[in-house]
Amino acid sequence: MGKLKTSLLSLSAVIFGAHLAQAETLTIATVNNDDMIVMQKLSGEWEKSSGNKLNWVVLEENVLRQRVTTDIATKGGQFDIVTIGALETPIWGKSGWLTQLDDLGDDYDYADLFPSVRSGLSADGKLFAVPFYAESSFTMYNTELFEKAGLTMPEEPTWSQIAGFAEKLTDKSKEQYGICLRGKPGWGENMALITLMANVWGGTWFDMKWQPQLMSEPWKKAVNFYVDTMNKYGPPGATANGFNENQALFAAGHCGIWVDATSAAGRLYNKDTSKVVDKVGYAKGPGEVTSVGNGWFWAWALAIPVTTTKAEAAKSFVKWATSKDYVTLVAKTNGVVTSPPGTRKSTYTEAYLKDAPFAAMTQKAIESADPSKPTRDPVPYTGISYVIIPEYQGIGTTTGQAIAGALAGQTSVDEALQSAQDNAVEAMTQAGYIQ
Amino acid sequence: MATRSRDMRTGPLLAPAVGLLLFWMIVPLALTLWFSFQRYNLQNPLVTGFAGITNYKLLLSNARLWVSILNTLVLVGSVLVITVISGVFFAVIFDQDFWGRNVARLLVTAPFFIMPTVSALIWKNLLMHPVNGFFSYVSRWLGLPVVDWFVQVPMFSIIMIVSWQWVPFATLILVTAMQSLDREQLEAARMDGAKGFSMFWNITLPHLQRSISVVVMIECIFLLSVFAEILVTTSGGPGLATTNLSYFIYMRALLQWDVGGASAAGVIAIVLANIVAAFLIRTFAKNLERE
Amino acid sequence: MTMRRSRTSLIAGIIGWVSAIAMFFPIFWMVVTSFKSEIDAVVPSILFKPTLQGYVEVNSRADYVSFALNSVVESIGSTLLALAIGLPAAYACAFYPGKRTKDLLLWMLSTKMMPAVGVLVPIYLLFRDAGLLDTRLGIVFLFTLSNLPIVIWMLYSFFKDVPTPILEAGRMDGARFWTQMRYILIPISMPGIASTALLSIILCWNEAFWSLNLTASRAGPLSAFIASFSSPEGLFWAKLSAASTLAVAPILVMGWVTQRQLVRGLTFGAVK
Repeated sequence: MGKLKTSLLSLSAVIFGAHLAQAETLTIATVNNDDMIVMQKLSGEWEKSSGNKLNWVVLEENVLRQRVTTDIATKGGQFDIVTIGALETPIWGKSGWLTQLDDLGDDYDYADLFPSVRSGLSADGKLFAVPFYAESSFTMYNTELFEKAGLTMPEEPTWSQIAGFAEKLTDKSKEQYGICLRGKPGWGENMALITLMANVWGGTWFDMKWQPQLMSEPWKKAVNFYVDTMNKYGPPGATANGFNENQALFAAGHCGIWVDATSAAGRLYNKDTSKVVDKVGYAKGPGEVTSVGNGWFWAWALAIPVTTTKAEAAKSFVKWATSKDYVTLVAKTNGVVTSPPGTRKSTYTEAYLKDAPFAAMTQKAIESADPSKPTRDPVPYTGISYVIIPEYQGIGTTTGQAIAGALAGQTSVDEALQSAQDNAVEAMTQAGYIQ
Repeated sequence: MATRSRDMRTGPLLAPAVGLLLFWMIVPLALTLWFSFQRYNLQNPLVTGFAGITNYKLLLSNARLWVSILNTLVLVGSVLVITVISGVFFAVIFDQDFWGRNVARLLVTAPFFIMPTVSALIWKNLLMHPVNGFFSYVSRWLGLPVVDWFVQVPMFSIIMIVSWQWVPFATLILVTAMQSLDREQLEAARMDGAKGFSMFWNITLPHLQRSISVVVMIECIFLLSVFAEILVTTSGGPGLATTNLSYFIYMRALLQWDVGGASAAGVIAIVLANIVAAFLIRTFAKNLERE
Repeated sequence: MTMRRSRTSLIAGIIGWVSAIAMFFPIFWMVVTSFKSEIDAVVPSILFKPTLQGYVEVNSRADYVSFALNSVVESIGSTLLALAIGLPAAYACAFYPGKRTKDLLLWMLSTKMMPAVGVLVPIYLLFRDAGLLDTRLGIVFLFTLSNLPIVIWMLYSFFKDVPTPILEAGRMDGARFWTQMRYILIPISMPGIASTALLSIILCWNEAFWSLNLTASRAGPLSAFIASFSSPEGLFWAKLSAASTLAVAPILVMGWVTQRQLVRGLTFGAVK
């Protein structure tokens, strides 16, 4: 009924060219994942208490990123609040495209935010986006399958150990696969994981002179290991599997081991969509030659473009949506396990730690993920599973495509890495990093 | 009379259309050309300045560009062949009188009205999904191996989806064309003992020739810039298997945010489109002449 | 003879219906899936308990009516504008051809070959400066420009079919351009104009690149509506199917109802 009424109103607005008087109408762009949909549903509370109105633009991740970047970089001014990630925030903050968010008031309790999250969303010590949820990565495994095979997962596994377990857990005739890893190309999909693998084999994206290192021994070893392991013990059609697809596979009990985001744990704990609710074990992200850079840092955060004319109302909303009260509200309406994870220390109450067996491990992983020291060897960049420079999205995605091509068997690993290296050199030359 | 015709001033009638199209053509083209000589990255305000021909040099030495041009031609060519053959086939079938012909024709032409994004989403998820898709269900039921469409035969899958959307267009036009076929001529040929196929080859096909040219020309315009289907299903992969020129430019413009490089690629795309257009005009324009 | 006829028509009937079912199956399957629950949607079976859950969920998250209204306003608006600009141009090309008319027509068509992705940034900047971002007017303007070449082409091929003596007669009586248009040309070529308009509406309705990239919350048509239901986390096939069904239903129904008119005009002058 309410819907009908609004549409009738908008219809009459069309006919009479009238604009309905509102306190303030904000346009917010966000991504269509579960947590954001919960936020959209609960935002009525904020609209009621503040008297403002929100217009939602809900898009799939890639489309959102393309849409928001085009608008912000050209100063189009279409959005009052945008949802952006941990990769863009420091870059855009430095470019002066985002409103500083250090002044939301004492009751916002900045000290309660995890320091790593806060620094990840800052540039030059200033906060440019407030975290909605944050995640690191770790190893998840199916305890039932491990018990049956008589295996024990160590607290801090290495990739070689993991491959050993995967071999014993694989039984393709029963649609049981030792290991599920991301294969879908994209800087935020397969490359997030593969960069971590290169890190622990001792590799880096660039040396101190910004020369791409994709043809270095650590990268070759890591990518060969990845392709080999996935071909032997992975599920079919792996190049189409991203986070969502692997989650579905693991939740249905098809995977022995899955190395991915800590935020997956909460979703595996949902009885409606998961068959492995009480069968999931957690360990740290795998290491190999080193353990530096074995877990990523990622956050979805809310930011306010400088082009908005409604900064005050926008600040009031981002403050509400990332506050302690919001976390409590979600816990109350949808259950404590679904609280947006990884942003605030106060979220990790005893009740939450008790109900959510993954919470302690998540907290540890997020606290230890340090984007300013991503690799064993010194590098000129920050960011663990990606490189915080504007050119990275393109370089990462192109590399991801090449590696997916190698995984699908179209090229050899060396050919794939060579073509990715050529592309990276070209992009870095064009951007002026390499003289 | 003739002098009066020339008196008629066509300027004011043509002006709005030509003016707008000139604007539409020239302004973006000029901007694209301008950007193609600039160092311009949308995400990095520090990258600025005149680039000379660097963007072009980097682009033309990039093997990915040539692969994507080849993929574009393969895609356009295959879809054209499939749609024209199926279109002619359906035109002949629906020219026969059978029970429920009009309803069947409505069903065949339905895909033309579906948004490309929607059709790609439906094919990718509901039909071609390797685990839960309808096709995999059917192959398991028949005891055949399950095909992982977008990994094993990526280009074929894209061609299939795009053809599904454009076969109805060809069918619509060719069915219309069949209606003006001279029945008496057919009847006479039959009396002379002509068999089905030779009648088709010697009478029907020549009659359809001009309409086929129209189908090829109009489809070419749309097929050269196929994009949504690839973005939704394969993202140009695996590797470069389904990266066409539109998708290549998309990668430059909206993933690398390299407006300079994307503009240079855009200029190359325009050149390619014009080569194809010139080819089409030489081959088909004669068919389009009246009389 | 009759024996042979009925046998051919039987074979044609079988082939015709098999192809019809095959071509329509994806759409049928989408509609069926839209009435499933998310759990049933991932199992390819037609035995399930129908539910409106998908539609309810879609409607609670996005205001379908306002997106649909935008689609209607934008596709009809731009079609009318394109006809208003295209009719005089096609008239001039058809009845007062010059040496360059053919080139002009082909040039118009070639403007359509420009790849949209390549010019997004320039167009975005232009729209920003003109204040057209996220406005219906902006989208109408853009749709008009991108369909104008096809519109002019179709109208041109129709006008070529109009017997010249009729117009000559009108002209002898001293009828001016508008009078000729109104009383002679438009009535005669009404089928052609109708099918041109229909094709233009279909193309506008299904356009997905500009309508997604130049709109935010106010002017987005149904192709932007779809973008919020593609590939989110978890199970989404029923919601996706419901949203897709809602997005394509109006244009599909329109296409079917008007198919007779559409078909009559789709000849592009290729049929005598």
